[in-house]
Amino acid sequence: MEKKFADRDLACLTQLDEFLTSLEGEKGALIPVLQKAQDLFGYLPMEVLVYISRKIGVPISRVYGVVTFYSQFHLVPRGRNVIRSCQGTACHVRGASAVMREVRKCLELEGGAATTDNLRFTLESVACIGCCGLAPVMTVNGDTYGRLVPEKVGDILEQYR
Amino acid sequence: MSDITVPAVNLTIDGQKVSVPGNFTILEAAREIGVHIPHLCYHPDLSREGNCRVCVVELKGARSLVASCVYLVADGMEVHTNTPWVRETRKTVIELMLANHPEDCLFCVKNQRCELQALAAEVGVRQIRFRGEKRKAEKDTDNPAIVRDPEKCILCTRCVRVCSERQGLDVYTSTNRGFDSIVGPAFGLGLDKVACSFCGQCTSVCPTAALTEKDDTHEVWDALADPEKYVVVQTAPSVRVALGEEFGMKSGGIVTGRMVAALRRMGFDKVFDTDFAADMTIMEEGHELLHRIRTGGVLPMMTSCSPGWVNFVETLYPEILPHLSSAKSPQQMFGVTVKTYFAEREKIDPAKIVSVSIMPCTAKKWEARRPQFDDSGYRDVDIVITTRELARMIKQASIDFAALPEEDYDAPMGISTGGGQIFGATGGVMEAALRTAYEVHTGRKLDNVDFCEVRGLQGIKESQVDFGNGLILRVAVAHTLRNARKLVEKIRAGDADYHFIEIMACPGGCIAGGGQPYPIDNDVRAARMKSMYDIDVQKTYRKSHENPAIIELYDTWMGKPLGERAHHLLHTRFAPQERLK
Repeated sequence: MEKKFADRDLACLTQLDEFLTSLEGEKGALIPVLQKAQDLFGYLPMEVLVYISRKIGVPISRVYGVVTFYSQFHLVPRGRNVIRSCQGTACHVRGASAVMREVRKCLELEGGAATTDNLRFTLESVACIGCCGLAPVMTVNGDTYGRLVPEKVGDILEQYR
Repeated sequence: MSDITVPAVNLTIDGQKVSVPGNFTILEAAREIGVHIPHLCYHPDLSREGNCRVCVVELKGARSLVASCVYLVADGMEVHTNTPWVRETRKTVIELMLANHPEDCLFCVKNQRCELQALAAEVGVRQIRFRGEKRKAEKDTDNPAIVRDPEKCILCTRCVRVCSERQGLDVYTSTNRGFDSIVGPAFGLGLDKVACSFCGQCTSVCPTAALTEKDDTHEVWDALADPEKYVVVQTAPSVRVALGEEFGMKSGGIVTGRMVAALRRMGFDKVFDTDFAADMTIMEEGHELLHRIRTGGVLPMMTSCSPGWVNFVETLYPEILPHLSSAKSPQQMFGVTVKTYFAEREKIDPAKIVSVSIMPCTAKKWEARRPQFDDSGYRDVDIVITTRELARMIKQASIDFAALPEEDYDAPMGISTGGGQIFGATGGVMEAALRTAYEVHTGRKLDNVDFCEVRGLQGIKESQVDFGNGLILRVAVAHTLRNARKLVEKIRAGDADYHFIEIMACPGGCIAGGGQPYPIDNDVRAARMKSMYDIDVQKTYRKSHENPAIIELYDTWMGKPLGERAHHLLHTRFAPQERLK
């Protein structure tokens, strides 16, 4: 049932332990601990959640409930580059769907997949980035790209390959 | 629930004046004066959450309706439970639930037992105004005890609360959010992959068919219809004090004779009693306890007849397994004995025997399928059905239950004592064991067989009994797994200064097991429990070792308790279970 930690994860685990020690005795520490763990591991693997559950005495079911409630937490590995494609009202009316389609085509994302097989890109849709004047918009990591048309998408993504 | 020392407040509900303690909710205050407020997520055994909004009422001066199950009363409050606004809102709430609920009520196992269905009728839903996408989710049918159908879940979280508050297992949680919300185990795993004890308390509080017992009635009908099969049935002690409720009788009504008559009419070849096997369990467990005390064995010894409790220990505390009595549960002792002793005695080929048991329990289904329970050379217990399933079968057979005559169990495995009978109430196994262990140990007759200190609904009970010759037997009794865990932690800390501990997984013991008729609250538990002791008092024999059929079994066939044959057939061992915890 339970997976063992790989060697490369043990270093992350040591850092997580240090963080847990610094929080000792504090109530309501679950979310900061999950954020720290996700920073370290890149996502929240099952064995890390079980480890956290035991360490802080919160049932694994509740840990899982919190993780799945917040969109900031991820149960599967994420790509090194995160694309956020805005689907807010302004972007929507200015062709965000076509942009999104083009991104999926360029990255060869099939079906519902959001992460490329080589873990280079993860694509997410967001409700509003907050720069409707530039609609349609997407961000890659921290960089913002506005007034998009599908033809521009390929060149933008090329910079991150 | 409510403390009478809290100062009273005065309010009016629907124009009626009422004075209640200030920590009452509006719902509780209304109940005091006979005003019924429909509700759904509220359950008297559990914490209040105010999730479902069915119980909304109008409060003078408030901008919006309030949920009466969580809203506390206050002085001068003016509550209206039956205004157009309230009625319309209540109905809309139910309609919205139904909009995301399958419409298969006619074929649903909960048909006519479903609280959502009853509410829809009560508030007068005649159509579903809202049509849209419905939640799609896989059924969990991977275990032999409980079926989870998330499409029928209305997110009331009663299962989350009962599993956490009563059992301390926290199997369930609310996962995801918005339209994708699902109540279930972590990582979407099956119940057999997480620390579920299969106690079935979740099935007993679920208002819909999102959580139900696995239905095994078809297997029983098939066996009964097969002329080649010899079908025997055993009925657990608690079934007879609850089954009547399924036929509109009062809580705790004793229907032993009618139940036996119904089983005969359904076609069982022999109608036997788990009480008989409970007497065997006392013979073995009582002698095991005395043996452990005399030889310096592992103490405290703990009972092992509650399969939810056994799953709990195997999953979460394998290091205390040596404390568990090796004696099999009554169900399994019965199963192995019917296919050996009874088969030999009656010259029946055990391969043709189908052994059915009627249990107040969902975990018994799991227990019967444990690989080690084939010591008879066959599956010791073939099919386990719950009290609720038996009630459905009696209805399917068109038997007029109330009109049945009272009939007696068949001999020899239908003969039992009061000791076997009280197994179904928390403290009952302890009391029965004390009755026998005292006489076996001291050789003296026990005059007062009533050990009242171990009876009742208190979470953890303690007592001591002077066995003479310097042996003061110290015992403890716990029910619910949350209370059980407290005693386990005491053992781990080396503070459990007891000889013997009885644990029942369900609140109140088997009388309120996960396979019993619902609804259940403490009044129902108390009524069923009282009937257990009423039956005990009326029995000719009240000590398990005085059961003439048990004496004959040991004298002519089994040998001595803990003897070679008993060791092989009536004892078992337990092993750790690997699950996500």
